[in-house]
Amino acid sequence: MSATDTRADIPSVAERTRPLKAEAPVVAAHFLGQTAIFVLGEEALLFLSRAGEARTIPVHDGAILTSAADASRIVTGGDDGKVVATDAEGKSITLASDAKHRWIDHVAVGPAGAVAWSAGREAFVRAAKGAERTLAVPSTAGGLAFAPKGLRLAVAHYNGVTLWFVNAQSEPDVLQWKGSHLGARMSPDGRFLVTSMQEPALHGWRLADRKDMRMSGYSARVRSFEFTAGGKWLATSGSNQLVLWPFQGKDGPMGKTPRILAPAQPQIEVVACHPKQEVVAAGYTDGLVLLVRIEDGAEVLARKGAGAPITALAWSASGTALAFGAEDGEAGVVDLG
Amino acid sequence: MSDKVPVTVLTGYLGAGKTTLLNRILSEPHGRKYAVIVNEFGEIGIDNDLVVGADEEVFEMNNGCVCCTVRGDLVRIIDGLMRRKGKFDAIIVETTGLADPAPVAQTFFMDDNVGRKAKLDAVVTVADAKWLNERLKDAPEAKNQIAFADVILLNKTDLVAPDELSEVEARIRGINPYAKLHRTERCKVALPEVLGRNAFDLDRILEIEPEFLGDGDHHHHEHDDAHEQDHDHHHHHGGGLKHYHDEEIQSVSLKTERPLDPDKFFPWVQQLVQTEGLNILRCKGILSLKGDDARFVFQGVHMILDGDHQRPWQQGEKRESRIVFIGRNLPMDRIREGFAACAA
Repeated sequence: MSATDTRADIPSVAERTRPLKAEAPVVAAHFLGQTAIFVLGEEALLFLSRAGEARTIPVHDGAILTSAADASRIVTGGDDGKVVATDAEGKSITLASDAKHRWIDHVAVGPAGAVAWSAGREAFVRAAKGAERTLAVPSTAGGLAFAPKGLRLAVAHYNGVTLWFVNAQSEPDVLQWKGSHLGARMSPDGRFLVTSMQEPALHGWRLADRKDMRMSGYSARVRSFEFTAGGKWLATSGSNQLVLWPFQGKDGPMGKTPRILAPAQPQIEVVACHPKQEVVAAGYTDGLVLLVRIEDGAEVLARKGAGAPITALAWSASGTALAFGAEDGEAGVVDLG
Repeated sequence: MSDKVPVTVLTGYLGAGKTTLLNRILSEPHGRKYAVIVNEFGEIGIDNDLVVGADEEVFEMNNGCVCCTVRGDLVRIIDGLMRRKGKFDAIIVETTGLADPAPVAQTFFMDDNVGRKAKLDAVVTVADAKWLNERLKDAPEAKNQIAFADVILLNKTDLVAPDELSEVEARIRGINPYAKLHRTERCKVALPEVLGRNAFDLDRILEIEPEFLGDGDHHHHEHDDAHEQDHDHHHHHGGGLKHYHDEEIQSVSLKTERPLDPDKFFPWVQQLVQTEGLNILRCKGILSLKGDDARFVFQGVHMILDGDHQRPWQQGEKRESRIVFIGRNLPMDRIREGFAACAA
């Protein structure tokens, strides 16, 4: 039992880590080019360049509640009511300030430079060129996701998801399912929408016919879930094993069992899918990070488990570097290239 | 010890003095920092660095159980506040006068992320000595808040005559004989009486004793002086306090010296909260199980039960099982008979 949990017998890339210690909990990680960027729980982003230079860039006056990144910038939302975009040089601009100083609970980045954010029961979208649009939802937005094409935003909330065609005159479309929906992801082909729920389960819809999909069996609330690069699998946290739901068929995971890989004693807190291959990085509550190949379940150790929960994982766009961060501020970049 | 951030819930009907108590807590020179979660439409004038507006969104879980509710806004706000852990020592949640404390409490047991980082310390209810009697008649929320409380401040005592005060205290005791009760003016109370109570900590369930021991109370005959002597004996002041039986909310306290059969007791209590969970507001118990040298303690809110072995029974300690339920229209006879049948 203990032999499998320390993963002493699997190949390791842990020695290729450039470690870093942040002054605050790491709540998310992103890459802009070769620079790894760690989002801290409070106030700042921590940049770690390929050359090993680290610097702290203050972006919010308070907690950083949410972040998202596209190829050129990181967008963050804070309890200071601000939405801030920061580029690879560390230059920040404030995209929006909430008039009522509400917390910015969620941000998302979309196609062609669009940005979305939510504060309380309102969601906002701003295209790269164009005015800001606002949508009121029935309860506090639990999560945001852009469709891969067009300007369409999914806003998760209590008892369902509102699909908002931002530039259309038509009323937003509401997909109903009882319960509190806390996060949203759209499949890369735009056919499926999946939400995480307050209870330990995911819910999904096939958008063409609004067919419901229930994905359950977790031991904890699913806080991290992501489609693999080709969209064939949905990798999920919320269990002490990596649960992957198959989305390759036209029915998605309906009537199918998930693939279960990388079992361990601690629970998986965060997952990140490789940008090119069917490989998933999984971060566990004891600090363990594993790279898991979906095809055969082969594992590579990226970080030994002995410490605080892993709370952030991100791949560089090329897939040659993996950034990780933990609740106690321990962080690092594992170079695989 | 646990490094979970303690959370105190302040409830009380409109105008009872919640904000007065909150400001008293924040302004006393205790050197502690609080994050305060207030209803965004509530009273203003709170002088504190970290004040967050909540919108009291009560969400049902999608599991077919109507009393399994959580406060969605607390799930979100506590997650956000924890990013600033280190900036505060404790959290105080002030609810609106009409709020039900149960979803607040249940959030700590039903959301694993909240439960991992924060712990419920106590539900503190502020009651208006002058108006509570009226509210108990016309406002079910006010009665709920009294029934649910771990600590009750019977406030504005300077505005009522002594016999009126005894009357309202007896009414409170008719609903909840287990809460610590303090008579206050302008919520003046020593802060350790309302903060750091560990009322939901299984390790602190030491004794289950009613505070009110008035005549005619057929459930409660014992008075543990060793346990009580540190506290003000409010109930002694009035002499022969009247005992009220609330028509709607009652408590039932049962005990037995016969060890319980765990294979009978646990299925029974599970079944009881499954069927009566909507009506059971709180429950607690200390159990002596057959063939088990450790005390087993449990507590619950509606259908959620939380229990564990606490410590070995000590030498000379009376091995006795005691359970308490506070709830609405409780099936007293069924509970009594069911409990009696759990003896080994």
